[in-house]
Amino acid sequence: MNQSVFYLLSFMTVLFALLVVFSKNPIHSALYMVLTFFTITCHYVLLNAQFLAIVNFIVYMGAIMVLILFAMMFLNLGKDTEPQKPVLLKFAAVIAAGLLLVTIFAALKKTDGGQITGIASNNIGLVKELGKTLFRDFLLPFEIISILLLSAMVGAVLLAKRDTK
Amino acid sequence: MESNFLPSDYFPIVLQLLAAIGFVGLTMLATHLVGPKRKTKDKLETFECGIEQQGDARAPISIKYFLVAILFVLFDVEVIFMYPWAVNFREMGMQGLMEMFVFIGLLLAGFVYIIKKGALDWE
Amino acid sequence: MTFYIISISLLAFVAIYALMGVWAERKISALIQDRVGPVETGKFGLLQTFADIIKLLQKEDIVPTTADKVLFTLAPVLVFTSVFMGFAVLPFSPAYISSNINIGLFYFMAIISIEVVGILMAGWASNNKYAFLGSIRSIAQIIAYEIPAGIAVLSAVMIYQSLNLQEIAFQQGIYAKSDIYFFGFWKVNTVGGFLSWGVFQAPHLFVAAIIYFIASLAEANRTPFDIPEAESELVAGFHVEYSGFKFGALFLAEYAMMFLTSMVLVILFFGAWYSPLPNIAKVQLAEWTNGTYWGIFWILLKTLLIVVLQIWIRWTLPRFRADQLMNFCWKVLIPVSFACLFISAFWKLIVL
Repeated sequence: MNQSVFYLLSFMTVLFALLVVFSKNPIHSALYMVLTFFTITCHYVLLNAQFLAIVNFIVYMGAIMVLILFAMMFLNLGKDTEPQKPVLLKFAAVIAAGLLLVTIFAALKKTDGGQITGIASNNIGLVKELGKTLFRDFLLPFEIISILLLSAMVGAVLLAKRDTK
Repeated sequence: MESNFLPSDYFPIVLQLLAAIGFVGLTMLATHLVGPKRKTKDKLETFECGIEQQGDARAPISIKYFLVAILFVLFDVEVIFMYPWAVNFREMGMQGLMEMFVFIGLLLAGFVYIIKKGALDWE
Repeated sequence: MTFYIISISLLAFVAIYALMGVWAERKISALIQDRVGPVETGKFGLLQTFADIIKLLQKEDIVPTTADKVLFTLAPVLVFTSVFMGFAVLPFSPAYISSNINIGLFYFMAIISIEVVGILMAGWASNNKYAFLGSIRSIAQIIAYEIPAGIAVLSAVMIYQSLNLQEIAFQQGIYAKSDIYFFGFWKVNTVGGFLSWGVFQAPHLFVAAIIYFIASLAEANRTPFDIPEAESELVAGFHVEYSGFKFGALFLAEYAMMFLTSMVLVILFFGAWYSPLPNIAKVQLAEWTNGTYWGIFWILLKTLLIVVLQIWIRWTLPRFRADQLMNFCWKVLIPVSFACLFISAFWKLIVL
């Protein structure tokens, strides 16, 4: 049962991810991305990683997607203003992406895939358990996140706010 | 109670999702088929208080909305990170409180900066 | 297998509630403005909204030529579905809950954030200036007010130490497993009634409840936060172009949203499905008036009272300006909600 659900979800994830790339209208691809995130959320639920599922749902599906959609509307992507890239640039993009693929493939080949070394507890993904681990073992990264977010906040304000003198 | 939560608990939610989509989708289809179809060019124009349509509606928006969206993402992430702490901060006691206060302190520093900079003033 | 019945009956309930909600809104607004409201159809005009919905169902389905047809059709489905999905985790009584997941509250917050995408879709797909502006305004408002709402909810979660809505509900009355105190000094596990509700367990939760209530008004685009659909300037906001049942679905979603946020308010702060009547010596009112069916009665009564309050506010207060709206959120609500959070932290560690 679980396995068939997994295959169905994986199929949908890949399908929507491909549609993100292939749809002509940028708003459509953004909305396909919402669907991709939704299926990934379902994957997390299947893995019983509830906190990650909700973070993925709220932050990526809700907040980040609104940000991306706002950015698109901000840029005014009309049909006639779409710039046509020169052939040379397209060619360069294909080569660059191909190299990236080769690098990822080579890196993944080195790892011994399929060896899952048992997780300590089945409930590690639940909010309460995760909180305990986060605040005991991963305290420093957690505090550093807040500095990262602070710098993002300052950067956003600096970029968006015109100095009125 | 914590220990036996399974993905299958989400099954009713899936059911509800299907019920909602089915209800709205089917009713929409039915009303589409039942309703009258007398389409004229004027009727299918977008509404602009009676005058003829001018240009494209999808004009660029003010950057202030974008700033609100960025700040929302940042605050949202911070608030979400507080939940795992909130559900068991009693067991963690004073130490957990101090850890969280450092986190919230940095967030509040950013918040004060935003307010002082006047980033959210809508002229 | 009770959840099959619950899921389906929830759908029927939402539809009927929305129709009655529209009727109540018209009657209450009439009362406030010294009119009579609908009187012709049925007793007290009770059948008026049923007549309206039948009219709405047989209207022509209009899609503007310049609109994005697929997204235009999908947007009402997404908005309604997302709001209706929120009902899945609400405990209607000690026994009735559709899906008892242990992150119910988190799930609710997630559902609200996804409605935003539907509104943006509707506004963008319409390709209408009013709709587009309305949806952009609506989203800026909803996401801004989600922050104080999230922090206010967080300060309640810190008191209950749980994200499961059913567990939170249990902790506010005579069935509670842990000790509960009235304002931190009087143990009220056996007394129950309104004395053991969330807002009376810690006084600052009352402030948190008000913050959450204000934010929920903004999230449902209700006056005084209705600049997204300000009739006098934007005609109707993001749903200008919608007609027929597509408009009906958006309307249904708006009223369902009011109910959803009110019910979460009741669950978090006002004792969920517990009766407001306390045990007084021999008169065991709390024992007598709690239970499965009483639970449904009390939670619906409390939630509908909050909905009436929302309607009352709509017809009493004028609309905020965009800058006032943002200032109020960032400079008043967020600092106050942070103060609530700090008080919650110290309350749980020091007072108890």
